[in-house]
Amino acid sequence: MRFVAPTYAATPPPRARDAARVVIVGGGLVGLTAALDLARRGIAVVVLDDDDTVSTGSRAICFAKRTLEIYGRLGLGQRFLDKGITWNQGRVFHGEREAYAFDLLPEEGHEYPAFVNLQQYYAEAWLVEACAATGLVELRWRNAVKGVENLPDGARLIVETPAGDYTLHADWLIAADGARSFIRRALGLSFAGQVFQDRFLIADVTMAADFPTERWFWFDPPFHPGQSVLLHKQPDDVWRIDFQLGWDADPEAERDPERVRARVAAMLGPDVSFELEWISLYTFRCRRMERFRHGRTIFMGDAAHQVSPFGARGGNGGVQDADNLCWKLAAVLAGEAPEALLDTYDAERVPAADENILNSTRSTDFITPKSDAARAWRDAVLELAASHAFARPVVNSGRLSRPYEGHGRPAPDAPVLRAGRPDWLLRHLGGEFSVVARDTPPATPLRAITLGRDVEDHSGLAAARLGLASGEALLLRPDQHIAARFAATDAAAIAAAHRAALCA
Amino acid sequence: MRLNTEPRLSDPDALYAALMDAHRGLSAEASKKLDAKLVLLLANHIGELPPILDAIALAKAPPRA
Repeated sequence: MRFVAPTYAATPPPRARDAARVVIVGGGLVGLTAALDLARRGIAVVVLDDDDTVSTGSRAICFAKRTLEIYGRLGLGQRFLDKGITWNQGRVFHGEREAYAFDLLPEEGHEYPAFVNLQQYYAEAWLVEACAATGLVELRWRNAVKGVENLPDGARLIVETPAGDYTLHADWLIAADGARSFIRRALGLSFAGQVFQDRFLIADVTMAADFPTERWFWFDPPFHPGQSVLLHKQPDDVWRIDFQLGWDADPEAERDPERVRARVAAMLGPDVSFELEWISLYTFRCRRMERFRHGRTIFMGDAAHQVSPFGARGGNGGVQDADNLCWKLAAVLAGEAPEALLDTYDAERVPAADENILNSTRSTDFITPKSDAARAWRDAVLELAASHAFARPVVNSGRLSRPYEGHGRPAPDAPVLRAGRPDWLLRHLGGEFSVVARDTPPATPLRAITLGRDVEDHSGLAAARLGLASGEALLLRPDQHIAARFAATDAAAIAAAHRAALCA
Repeated sequence: MRLNTEPRLSDPDALYAALMDAHRGLSAEASKKLDAKLVLLLANHIGELPPILDAIALAKAPPRA
């Protein structure tokens, strides 16, 4: 089965002057995720998108475990598992030899794998459906923002539609409008970082091939000498092949389908027939905004930070921004928390972006050596890796997305039994503040789940992974991050931790 | 652990000769790669970052006038 891109009808201007509590600019992966998260919390949202369909091309294909857990919380996790290609392992080749292999999830007992590969357009189409089903998300297609003013009480947008322009006042504005963010540029906000002098070519091809479902990366393969190649499997027999071309490559010439076909044929051999599905030429940068919150305008995803694709940290980082912001904004809108809570979005997601940029930059420095010395080092590592185990972890073809843990780690998942049936711990810990305890029910009015009472920790993995002793309890934020630890009977400590997590 | 820069080599001439032998006849490119492999092997033998960072800093310091 092949994906048929939906076309959404253009939304005419509602009235000359319109107003909304929350406006999200950008109906891409990150904007739609934020819209769904807010709607699940009962917040009505207007989403403005300048296009009338989902992502063109597969784009962000690798959805990491933490991102899948977030989609699990939002009710879409099973769709990713059913349709996506599950993988945990990767191999790195140098020339004709395997240099290094890794397993990203070497243990059992998680609902979600290390990664699921899925074309971004599927994720976006499902998010659109799920948003529409909430009745709280108003998706306005072909509504392009062409003016923005950041005000103390929100933002004023001038929106262009095929049927005319209108003004929209947003109490809160979420800018999820991508790396070339109009909002960011219109407000004159800086987006500083490093440019990498290299060019890459993505060829998505459809073919019946029997490569295993692993991430394969080649340095200097015989079929593409002197450069690197990355291969990923996607659903519908689509394969992502990412060719490094070097800075001197001519982007126009490289876009020629015949030339791309020749590159793919050199890789697959003469007997494999394939169809070109999507071609994309790209260069990349690693950069971020200085701050993501500017009063009542808040940036997320590629609009706020940009990384190289090696490591799958772009889409995943953006979804994790939404996970971090939405419960906070909902708490502020409900009057449960002061606006200062939103500063913790900056405090938590700016370092997360830095961690993603650091990993992405290091991978890029390995994949694209910037001097003769750097190339000699890279080749030295690859050659040593063939015969010495110590050098293999030095090989860097992308350090794959992991959640940022500077402000506490997300609760790990574990298998449990509920009423004797297999279930997963994280399914009971999402959405709102919750307290997870072991043996002793916690003294709290918050939602509580007690291992050994509400669910059976039959394998002992839940307690072990949470580091939870009998009689202990943990406070989990609505984004499932562990906020505090205390004795289950200490009602005052639990209440204080809850207030602290809300900045109340 | 800090980097030990006290004299410790029992036969410095043998060390130098072994390094010269290893580089003899190599292109500039191959020599660079050889040095990189040597550093990697020795760094792994040392097994921790602080003395290696000390060594990098000392190696980068300008020569004394």
